[in-house]
Amino acid sequence: MDNSPSADDAPTSADAPQPAATGSGLADPALHLDTPTRAGRREIPEQPKDPVMLLRDVAVYYGGFRAVKDVNLDFGRREITALIGPSGCGKSTVLRCLNRMNDLVRGARVAGSITYHDQDLYGPKVDPIVVRRSIGMVFQKPNPFPKSIYDNIAYGPRVTGMKPGSMDELVEQALRGAALWDEVKDKLKQNAYSLSGGQQQRLCIARCIAVNPDVILMDEPCSALDPIATARIEDLMIELADRYTIIIVTHNMQQAARVADRTAFFTAEADATTGERTGLLVEYDRTGAMFHNPRDRRTEDYISGRFG
Amino acid sequence: MTRAESTAAGGVAAGSVSLRRPRPRYGEAVIRGALFAAALLSVATTVGIVVALIVPTVEFFAEVSVLDFLTGTEWAPLFARPKFGVLPLLVGTLVVTVVALIVAIPLGLGAATFLSEYATDRVRRVLKPVLEVLAGIPTVVYGFFALTFVTPLLQDIWLFGDPPEGFNALSAGIVMGIMIVPTVASLSEDAMSAVPADLKAGGYALGSSKRQVATRVTFPAALSGIVAAIVLAISRAVGETMIVLVAAGGTPNLSADPREAMQTMTAFIGAAGIGDQPVGSIGYKTIFAVGSLLFVITLVMNAVSIRLVRKFREVYE
Ligand SMILES: Nc1ncnc2c1ncn2[C@@H]1O[C@H](COP(=O)(O)OP(=O)(O)OP(=O)(O)O)[C@@H](O)[C@H]1O
Ligand SMILES: [Mg+2]
Repeated sequence: MDNSPSADDAPTSADAPQPAATGSGLADPALHLDTPTRAGRREIPEQPKDPVMLLRDVAVYYGGFRAVKDVNLDFGRREITALIGPSGCGKSTVLRCLNRMNDLVRGARVAGSITYHDQDLYGPKVDPIVVRRSIGMVFQKPNPFPKSIYDNIAYGPRVTGMKPGSMDELVEQALRGAALWDEVKDKLKQNAYSLSGGQQQRLCIARCIAVNPDVILMDEPCSALDPIATARIEDLMIELADRYTIIIVTHNMQQAARVADRTAFFTAEADATTGERTGLLVEYDRTGAMFHNPRDRRTEDYISGRFG
Repeated sequence: MTRAESTAAGGVAAGSVSLRRPRPRYGEAVIRGALFAAALLSVATTVGIVVALIVPTVEFFAEVSVLDFLTGTEWAPLFARPKFGVLPLLVGTLVVTVVALIVAIPLGLGAATFLSEYATDRVRRVLKPVLEVLAGIPTVVYGFFALTFVTPLLQDIWLFGDPPEGFNALSAGIVMGIMIVPTVASLSEDAMSAVPADLKAGGYALGSSKRQVATRVTFPAALSGIVAAIVLAISRAVGETMIVLVAAGGTPNLSADPREAMQTMTAFIGAAGIGDQPVGSIGYKTIFAVGSLLFVITLVMNAVSIRLVRKFREVYE
């Protein structure tokens, strides 16, 4: 596979999957479900062992509107969990609750309980700023700061008051961790916007791991990227899962199949009386199990609809 | 090709695809002409002003050497034995402007930061128009406010050394600063609000506090707009006439002590313009010479600020 279209975004491994959002290649579900998944590469216990986060009967409201309800999830330590489901079912909403980014949305309110390492994430003494230091986030559209590559990485350590022995070293480590070092080591002083979209997204991941988080949340991190850049980020996620707990929202089921150990399927249903559409968790299982034999009819419909 | 056919359909026979415009668009030409005329008019006005300034200015410098004008320390152009050293006016302008900026920049940027980062939508909707009303107060009112309120107040509360004189640069500068706060605040707020929410969210997601997001993300990203706001404020301060005419006194005074009375370039033009200067007299030409200097200063400042903005701004897509 030497015919990689561009040098700076070439896939790292020759067998890097080539995701295609649409197209005829998807006709045979087995084709994709049998691609080597992370789940296939290592043993995934039936239940998440020593979970980092527990969600119990979580519901989220925007003002009077209940956007999502009945969410019960355990996020396993150093696992990759994918949240999938149709648009508007509340995936981003749930994700933003996990590091209290929803606090920034006026009128947003969380009911139920979210426990993080045995602490109530929404407890009265919990400081959302401290929460976000251990639960980082990568956004849908790459959003580097309009600063140099170096300053983008150094931002987090600076604001959080980390006193690294050497900031240069920390920056290098973070960039290496995000598989970006070799591409940018000679232009650390350049503006981050001079990078390609895929590089910008890896920069955002580097920026996130520079503060040494425990959990990384990603909201459709590849949806603005081309297939090759996507493949690189997916490889990176799998690498990062050795050290971090990763929770990813994705619309791309091949992506979930490729990277996620577990998958949670959400859907939105209209209330019989009010007609209000509220998202809910339908099924949560190991990715392989869910894609091969979903227990719930709605999951099956969604998965087969997407694949067939 | 089916695509091209379907879009070009409408009177075109199948098979013969015409990409030519069906009929001329006169309306567009008219609008373009009108807009061009508007642009031309504003350029022409500027050129007209420059020409009107240049002619008497050139005549002035036929009588007074440029060096004497720029380096002389005494300003008494209308006296029987005239002195044409413009430095006292320059220094007076500088002192008043600096005082104004010391007041306006912190207040203006503070207000902008509050409005864009901390205020709820409701508060912003009320406060911003109120702030902008400040900009609508006639400057002569500000002048009397400086003379009859701020100066006596300063004299009452003055702690160190001699209190300010009855006419002084300090109160004029302070009140001028208050006058330009809305300019600084409103334009800076626009620039800060224009910073994408994405960027701020990125800051928060890394564990920044509100203050850190404001100072390390929003502020640098909005810097070019903020610098532009400050430059506009400086231009207004340098060009402001009424406040200094009323509150700073009419005595040219080469001193950096803001407690003293001073005359600025604009105040001189205002004062000399009120008294009749026969057309063609040296007094008349002097007004234009000072006017030209003011014009050049503003021009240079704008040019410098454009450079600064280019150099320091953080460009987000
Ligand atoms: N800031 C907000 N204020 C009010 N309602 C919101 C807000 N954000 C999301 N919602 C509503 O909450 C529901 C869930 O939205 P959310 O963005 O979580 O869905 P999603 O599953 O991430 O969708 P997508 O796949 O399109 O990103 C939607 O009905 C949406 O309109
Ligand atoms: Mg979403």
